[in-house]
Amino acid sequence: MGHTLLDKVWDAHAVRELPNGQTQLFIGLHLVHEVTSPQAFQMLAERGLGVRYPDRTFATVDHIIPTDGALRPYVDAMAEQMFAAIEQNAASAGIPLFDRATGRQGIVHVIGPELGLTQPGMTIACGDSHTSTHGAFGAIAFGIGTSQVRDVLATQTMAAAKPRCRRIEVSGALAPGVYAKDVILAIIGRLGVQGGVGFAYEYAGEVFEAMSMDERMTVCNMSIEGGARVGYVNPDATTYAYVEGREYAPAGAEFQAARQWWDSVASDADAAYDDHVQIDGAAVPPMVTWGINPGQVTGVDARIPSPDELEGPDRHSVEEALAHMRLAPGAPIAGTPIDVAFVGSCTNGRMSDLREAARVADGRRVPAHVTALAVPGSQRVKAQAEAEGLDDVFRAAGFQWRDAGCSMCLAMNPDKLVDDQVCASSSNRNFKGRQGSPLGRTLLMSPAMVAAAAVAGEVTDVRALAQVRAP
Amino acid sequence: MTETPLARIARVEGPGVPVRGNDIDTDRIIPARYLREITFENLGPHAFEDDRAQLRGRHPFDDPRFAGARVLVVNRNFGSGSSREHAPQALLRGGIAAIVGESFAEIFFGNCQAIGLPCLTLPAAQIESLQSLIEEDPAVVIAIDIASGAITAGRAAYQGQMPEPVRRAFTTGAWDALTALQESDDEIHAVYRRLPYVRGWRRP
Repeated sequence: MGHTLLDKVWDAHAVRELPNGQTQLFIGLHLVHEVTSPQAFQMLAERGLGVRYPDRTFATVDHIIPTDGALRPYVDAMAEQMFAAIEQNAASAGIPLFDRATGRQGIVHVIGPELGLTQPGMTIACGDSHTSTHGAFGAIAFGIGTSQVRDVLATQTMAAAKPRCRRIEVSGALAPGVYAKDVILAIIGRLGVQGGVGFAYEYAGEVFEAMSMDERMTVCNMSIEGGARVGYVNPDATTYAYVEGREYAPAGAEFQAARQWWDSVASDADAAYDDHVQIDGAAVPPMVTWGINPGQVTGVDARIPSPDELEGPDRHSVEEALAHMRLAPGAPIAGTPIDVAFVGSCTNGRMSDLREAARVADGRRVPAHVTALAVPGSQRVKAQAEAEGLDDVFRAAGFQWRDAGCSMCLAMNPDKLVDDQVCASSSNRNFKGRQGSPLGRTLLMSPAMVAAAAVAGEVTDVRALAQVRAP
Repeated sequence: MTETPLARIARVEGPGVPVRGNDIDTDRIIPARYLREITFENLGPHAFEDDRAQLRGRHPFDDPRFAGARVLVVNRNFGSGSSREHAPQALLRGGIAAIVGESFAEIFFGNCQAIGLPCLTLPAAQIESLQSLIEEDPAVVIAIDIASGAITAGRAAYQGQMPEPVRRAFTTGAWDALTALQESDDEIHAVYRRLPYVRGWRRP
């Protein structure tokens, strides 16, 4: 019986079994950002410890950074203090900090892959739940809390329990207008927001094989929204083509040697899995969330569920969600008016996301009552988008074109919803209050669907909009 | 290194507070605006802040009957979403010393282990029973024996579950993993030197 990538990468990085039975796992790449690290550095200082392997540690600023061109010192004194803390901590520990002056700043899950830091077969940790993103490269990547950030800084290891492995096979080909975001929302809708607890998700099958790295990152990014801390795609030619030539990637003969090792860590054809799930990719429609967690999702051509159709806790969850969203049970989700449209985030803030959103927005106009933001995931994504003229397309359509950062995904910066605004969002979480207003309402969807909603002023099936346009 | 006896967590005892609802995410436990602080020290009063504001005093954390609660009793998939340790830190610093729930999100559960906040699970019907019991008698003392998982609330008794390695982490004081992790510095360095992406790709 063969082994999964999870098995192989886990074994390659296992230091020992800890006395309590958990594994002490070596972390090959530790990514650090400003929000979850200052307390960890403080804890190290209190114990008189330093950073054990600064050569395996890289830092950026993304969560609190304003995207409206504001300059240091920031108006928000707490943001300024947080920024100063990571500058000081990175400098004294000898950790590279990709801030704006480097031209390589961006959302940690965008720049890791972009710089070639993220590579197949690695273990990766970051104090951020969307670290699962890096699994797109065939890495085992964990979101961790601040005490574990401390542990990794101090020892380059963490205590972990090996997850079970669920193979999720999506066969066939996606229909036009259907994207990676729709696939992962469909998976979460089917398996639930808790379905992946204790599992790593291995995404396999024709749909993922056909995806670009950007798309695979979108899928792996939201593994955690399905409860799975880790999600990955086995590395293949698409992966290698993306990695080759990047700043921190091996080059020349080294790249060929690396490629052999990367091939060797991929799951064997006869690997054993703890669970299998099969999904027909051709049947996935554009998806939209109607509730307060990413599992409360439906096809754009479907209706919002009614609590009356359900019993027990599910009924209570739907009632609570509809009370917050103030959506009518049984009504079509299409046609729901929006106030704000947000294209961006670690889920959908990469080049292909901006291209698809721009393609929909091109030649159309956001109505005056809708605020639309296009926020690139990194400075490099921004520069590339501008080189392609996407900034002009967005501006002409009435979008604001912003600087790189997490922006309105979690509203730790000035980009926030106000009151009970409804936001069509390409981000990853529709939790109550997530976008900065306790009463704010978030509808998650693909970047193309966000652009469609932005120009229509309401939730709209992007497939219909595309048909209206002359090719 | 020797473990300090103080770090062992063998028993939690005190009044409870039920917070009902499935999939209560960490954004609700502690809104992101409090993540802008560079310490955890001031988080306690802000737990569930937005939920509490919307319920205008009717949230259990605002109910004087549950003041001084040590044991939080929750439903399914508590702590989903963000990896922010600020969420369990806010609960811990607000006086919560253990959480009993139907189930927990994985990163939240790990963060609780890392900061010494035991989480035990019970079947849904027993959670419902325990929550109702606390609502009817807020003064009832809940006692949790970590080693056995036994939970008592007055005359009611339940058998809480916890993965064995996590239980051992609490009962031996190893929930703060750093001390144990530091003990194997040579083995860590051996892995570091063995990994091809660290040592260099062309070295035999």
